[in-house]
Amino acid sequence: MKVLAMARRASRLGLRFPGRSRDLCTGSDDFGMPLHVCVVGSGPAGFYVAKKLLKRFDFARVDILERLPAPFGLVRSGVAPDHPETKVVINQFSRTAEDERCRFFGNVCLGTDVSLEELRKNYHVVVLAYGAESDHRLGIPGEDLEGVFSARQFVWWYNGHPDGKDLPINLNDVETAVVLGQGNVALDVARILLRSPSELSSTDIAEHAVKALRTSRIRKVYVVGRRGPVQAACTAKELREILGLKGVEIVINEADLQTTDCDLEELQSSRIHKRVFDLFCKSATFTKCAGRDKQLQFVFFRAPVSLLAAEDGIHVRGVHLQKTRLEGSHPRKLVGTGEFEELDCGLVLKSIGYKSLPVPDLPFDHKKGVVPNYFGRVRSSDATNETERGLYVAGWLKRGPTGIIGTNEVCAQEVVTSIEEDVNRAVVSNLKEVPGSVGLESILSEKNKRYITFEGWERLNETEMEKGAVKGKPREKIVGIDEALAIGLAKEKE
Amino acid sequence: MWRRAFGQAHGFRRVRRDWISQPDGQRSSAISTAVLMRSKAEANGKEDKETIEVTFITKEGDRKTIRVPVGMSMLEAAHENDIELEGACEGSLACSTCHVIVKDEKFYRMLKEPSDEENDMLDLAFGLTETSRLGCQVIAKPELNGMELALPAATRNFAVDGHVPKPH
Repeated sequence: MKVLAMARRASRLGLRFPGRSRDLCTGSDDFGMPLHVCVVGSGPAGFYVAKKLLKRFDFARVDILERLPAPFGLVRSGVAPDHPETKVVINQFSRTAEDERCRFFGNVCLGTDVSLEELRKNYHVVVLAYGAESDHRLGIPGEDLEGVFSARQFVWWYNGHPDGKDLPINLNDVETAVVLGQGNVALDVARILLRSPSELSSTDIAEHAVKALRTSRIRKVYVVGRRGPVQAACTAKELREILGLKGVEIVINEADLQTTDCDLEELQSSRIHKRVFDLFCKSATFTKCAGRDKQLQFVFFRAPVSLLAAEDGIHVRGVHLQKTRLEGSHPRKLVGTGEFEELDCGLVLKSIGYKSLPVPDLPFDHKKGVVPNYFGRVRSSDATNETERGLYVAGWLKRGPTGIIGTNEVCAQEVVTSIEEDVNRAVVSNLKEVPGSVGLESILSEKNKRYITFEGWERLNETEMEKGAVKGKPREKIVGIDEALAIGLAKEKE
Repeated sequence: MWRRAFGQAHGFRRVRRDWISQPDGQRSSAISTAVLMRSKAEANGKEDKETIEVTFITKEGDRKTIRVPVGMSMLEAAHENDIELEGACEGSLACSTCHVIVKDEKFYRMLKEPSDEENDMLDLAFGLTETSRLGCQVIAKPELNGMELALPAATRNFAVDGHVPKPH
């Protein structure tokens, strides 16, 4: 009986009694007050946090904010069109959004439509999971020439991101492209440039992109890394895929595959790098085959020094590179050798890392491009161990722009554990009444800001799939914001 | 073809024939083998009722013993028994979230060697061990009776400054 009494008391406080099943504590609103949570960002980070919070707390009420009309973040706008199986996770996220305790607010932007301060007043818990929508810069001359883009901009363009459709990219007058960086995003952009457009036309690639790729004259892509194949940041699946791309000859300088003792040590301690290096070695033995009219060349140990302008002074015409070398040991240092060379090209895609953007009233580490945090709890500043009550980060904003979709599941677990600890210690208390969704709705209605519900997204989703079916595509993405809003905000027929 | 894949949330048993025709023909069929095998058994007119005993050890250390029909994948078995094993890509070898650790090396050695595609995903699995496999690729067969599978324990792995240690 004592146990039962404890369970009931815990339930009144809105806590799940550890180890007991649901039938001892009701966990419902009869005893527990709702825990109002606002998650900003509806990509994998946001959805995994929402999913785990709803599972952990029966009395959680989670609102997910998204500045675009469509949810799912990089699953929709980052994963390449020819990787549909990676997008299947959307099914799971949809099930989370359909939970009656979860509400989706599309077309609502943190900063513009609602401030962080307002969110913190209206919710017990605010989790920022809005990712990284900017880029690291090279900081070299010529970076702003025409024909130079970040990989992110190019990915947004071919994935039909509303902010990417007007990219001033010209594929008709360019024969050679240089991709700087050798991670998975670099391989994605190289592969989209080299894959036959007829293969792409049955994917969910944006219409304007496949049109441009059909008339593209690009036949050669360089993928350039500052270090060697032992240090390449891509992973085996993506490398295996691009090495086997139909109609594309792979060029690798065999000299780059020589390894030092330090290299062998690194390979031994990392399964990923070992398998990637083995793939590079295997591909270097491929002989020239007939019928391959495109070339992909991996260039190692070259660091970009400047981007060169054509005679008009406006367009890029090449990349000036310095040969590099790894020196010393534990850790090795990358040094320039004083030898230089040039690669001619008409398009440069910088794939050197994404970067998060700060918002007002949010502590931010400008050097690393992340929010300083302690297992997801936002720290008041870099210098102190004090944390901001009720404010958390998840995903790339927390860890930096690395990892895969699944990494966010583990990351979300860490954040939700921190939230749970704070609820248990009453650092965050659901006994204190806050408006929650009602407060947010009132803020938005005062500004006449209409938001897209999850049902609105489902209407948009159906429309995209119908348009795609006609063309033999899984969907035809609606790229224009106005059109997306018109469909998403349309009132349901009574 | 694609409508089925991206329509409303659908049950796990749906046959994923959709994934066979990949643009570059590169990836082997990402069909959940379990579904294929079960369909074959049903097609032969006999329903395979043989089951094996499998114990899952959850992230919190709780043990749950279930019966798994021969031919079913561990991922599907976990879902049918409310065991919290994530399966983001629903068995199409495009993620590592159904990562399980085979506790006894004897059972690990009885499993068919992982394909390149499975190894590619295992590369990225959190908390990878020498006896790790993807749950969607471990298919119940009589010899595996008594197998124990542990779900990788969630550890506090992400350091204060946001730095992620390189996965092994």
